[in-house]
Amino acid sequence: MILGRVIGKVVATMKNDTLIGQRLLIVQPIDRHGRDKGKAIVALDSVGVGAGETVYWCRGKEASFPFLPVEPPTDATIVGIVDEINVPTESGNS
Amino acid sequence: MLIARVVGDIVATQKDPSHHARKILLVQPLNLDGSDRGEAVVALDAVDAGIGERVLLSAEGFSAMTAVGRPNSPIDTAVIGIIDEVTLIENIK
Repeated sequence: MILGRVIGKVVATMKNDTLIGQRLLIVQPIDRHGRDKGKAIVALDSVGVGAGETVYWCRGKEASFPFLPVEPPTDATIVGIVDEINVPTESGNS
Repeated sequence: MLIARVVGDIVATQKDPSHHARKILLVQPLNLDGSDRGEAVVALDAVDAGIGERVLLSAEGFSAMTAVGRPNSPIDTAVIGIIDEVTLIENIK
């Protein structure tokens, strides 16, 4: 999974039937210090996140599993809202 | 699988039910020389690894969710081993 921040949403009227009722959010991947890293992607939401929240999201086929038995065609789904990131020290790299 | 180091952990109250009662670790994949390989990723813990430890990281869905014991759940990365030692054989072409 990858850390990210919700920076927007997408509205699509015409879409795959299994996506009806799902929220499409724009997620900016971030590093462990909260800095933007790479390009934003569109992800489904399975936990009910709000704008600006830090989240972690899942890639690949696994991204459709929160919605079982329905399998929406998603390759990225937000699966958790991050309350806190603990990174004790950067000196642990030996 | 990748060699990685656990650099931190994450607290998340609201998350997929399959992630409950599992540590959510922040792990930095490493090159063979110990330098960082790309960005740190979020992984579920299947072996009770701690911060600072060098671990084996599965970065593919099926093996990750199997290791954590939660089939058909949204888990794409898991810590599946704690590395004691890595030996490189020199001069092999």
